Amino acid sequence: MSIAGTILRSRAVAALTSPHGVDRYLEQINPMWAATEVRARVLDVRRETGGEHPVATITLQPTSTWRGHRAGQYVQVGVDLPGSRRTTRCFTISCAASLPGETIQLTVRAQGEKRPGQSVSRWLVERAQPGDIVHLSQAEGDFVLEESPATPTNNHLLFLTGGSGITPAMSILRTLLRDGYDGKAGRRVTFLHFARSAEDQIFKRELAEIAAADNDVDVVLRHGSVFSEFELRRLVPSYAATDTWACGPAPMLDLVREAYADSPRLRTELFNVASVVPSGAAEGDVAFARSGKQAANTGTTLLEQAEALGLRPTSGCRMGICFSCTATKSSGTVRNVLTGEESSLPDEEVRVCVTAPVGDCVVDL
Amino acid sequence: MSTTTTSTSASTSTASSATTAPVSGKVPLTAEQLQAFGEEMDAIRQAVLADLGEADADYIRKVVKYQRGLEVAGRALFYLPPAWPLAVAALSLSKILDNMEIGHNVMHGQYDWMGDPGLNSRMFDWDTACPGEQWKYSHNYIHHTFTNILGKDRDIGYGILRMDEDQKWRPYYLGNPVYAFALMMLFEWGVALHDLEVENIVSGKRKLADNKPLYPGLLRKIRRQALKDYVLFPALTGPLFPLTFAGNAVANVVRNIWAFNIIFCGHFPAGVETFSEEECLDDVDDKGEPVETRGHWYYRQVLGSANISGGPLFHVMSGNLSHQIEHHLFPDLPARRYPEVAQQVQEICERYGLTYNTGPLPKQVGSVFKKICRLALPTREAKATTAAPAEEQLAA
Repeated sequence: MSIAGTILRSRAVAALTSPHGVDRYLEQINPMWAATEVRARVLDVRRETGGEHPVATITLQPTSTWRGHRAGQYVQVGVDLPGSRRTTRCFTISCAASLPGETIQLTVRAQGEKRPGQSVSRWLVERAQPGDIVHLSQAEGDFVLEESPATPTNNHLLFLTGGSGITPAMSILRTLLRDGYDGKAGRRVTFLHFARSAEDQIFKRELAEIAAADNDVDVVLRHGSVFSEFELRRLVPSYAATDTWACGPAPMLDLVREAYADSPRLRTELFNVASVVPSGAAEGDVAFARSGKQAANTGTTLLEQAEALGLRPTSGCRMGICFSCTATKSSGTVRNVLTGEESSLPDEEVRVCVTAPVGDCVVDL
Repeated sequence: MSTTTTSTSASTSTASSATTAPVSGKVPLTAEQLQAFGEEMDAIRQAVLADLGEADADYIRKVVKYQRGLEVAGRALFYLPPAWPLAVAALSLSKILDNMEIGHNVMHGQYDWMGDPGLNSRMFDWDTACPGEQWKYSHNYIHHTFTNILGKDRDIGYGILRMDEDQKWRPYYLGNPVYAFALMMLFEWGVALHDLEVENIVSGKRKLADNKPLYPGLLRKIRRQALKDYVLFPALTGPLFPLTFAGNAVANVVRNIWAFNIIFCGHFPAGVETFSEEECLDDVDDKGEPVETRGHWYYRQVLGSANISGGPLFHVMSGNLSHQIEHHLFPDLPARRYPEVAQQVQEICERYGLTYNTGPLPKQVGSVFKKICRLALPTREAKATTAAPAEEQLAA
């Protein structure tokens, strides 16, 4: 691929395929051919847990454009949901670090209402079939093990995870074990995980094997209980001076941050779940992220509220037909004033002239 | 404003319930009727929006597939000199599909709901000299918001032609047919330079410095288009360079002629109305500023546009701009939906006594060319004073 890739990414080919770009032609022949975009074919979907919010591990074969990932990173996954609405969400890569073009695995919990295929996670867990194509970004995020596996230090490593937050820590742990970490150097690894119940425990068998092996990795699984500083201190007395990776839902991370105070050893990653506000109310605050302005929601359109705060976002027709004012709503529930349709998707493009916030809302303006 | 077939007011059945006077001398509907008319249009829009889905996505992706296929076939056939006419035909069709059914409609945001970056109005650019970014401002905003309002909608004559009686005649306009012919042949360049508003610079309404931010994008796009069609692809065919060069030029001109004719039939056939800014302001907002109601906006879109009748393939090749009325009513609905809503729109217009201007291509084109020639000469005084009768403001 390297020669073909070099040619496809050349300026000459870009000039020949202008203005659409070479990928718009390649995809017509084979969705796995790409010069810069990243897509992947689903190879395998394996259920990890059942219940109302089942978890599955999805194995993906990315296009040759995939630049690999470092353990702990995530990737944006775009899926054409029923009704042809491509929706993109971030998922941690759960397998060990990958090299360019290598297969990767995502371990995903089906979120949202139980309507198969109506959210990206539900689609991946319940709908995805080998052969399906998904759209990827390159790997992103800095919740990673900074040191080189070639010259590891002897530092104690501590992982604190809750629920699906186990995935980045698992990727780091798997990478350590794959790349020759065996405990012989006297390095300790503590893996403390909180799951709702034993049935909800992801990677159960693999964690048991890791715990049983002679490798100086302590695996501590807690089912049904919540994080407590007391328990952490019992396991790792000097936890605040130990390199720590914490990933889980917001309430857990709040407790962890409190315990660590200002310790620079703590790295956290939050798992976001969209909050839905009931309709009909003009409550909450509207925040405009780029300008840093914020005010109580007045119930009028985002454009009017932005202008009331002195912002002058690009806009045109002010009636929803010209799309000049399209901006990214990063969180919150909004209502289309033309259709009455409400939406709570994060990072959604909205026409601010015909979109009114319902409750707290953050817009990139 | 034109004088031939304007709307008729009295004979409508729905008008019976109304008690108030018409909104103005020109609008035959009462404020209530205008509102009801707007609500019926909104209902059509909602019904289509609620139904958007796989069929629309499959359709536009299929059109894209055909367009890319035709483009690649066209470029490849230039290697076979006997197939030259075929190559030109394929490339012309590719450019027409790319600019009209795909480019124009995608850049209207008709497929933004799909979330596909390749079909997103903010990402897409078309195979023509005009940068999509600049076109979207003058077209989606100015033209679609202020459709056929003299002095606001720069698509009335594009700052070059006299396409309306209310445009003051000057000796310059004697050349109307010549300018129109030149614009037809060079249409893509006309569209590209449209945003520079040269006529407003000449008249002093716009400063030359205002154009400065537009130059880099414009030059970049022109350079890329010219490099591709007139240097790289001809060079790739080696000794056939002149043939390929000529073929690409012909394909661009074929596209120009086709696009010009379809687009000129959108607003210029006889019977299509223009508006003054004041007559559109039929309401006041909370601050007391005069504004146009949604109903009047819909009304203006219907009377300010004209359709072209024809078969399904013709509609596709015209980018469904043959359904100009439906396009102006619902610019952000996927164009493939226009034929299916056209019947409802026509029926509603009939009920409200609004002219639904449509006809086959030869008739509409003929009508436009007649107008181009007629308006080259000064309008006779008698005709020019069809001015609106005394304005009757809202009685209610």
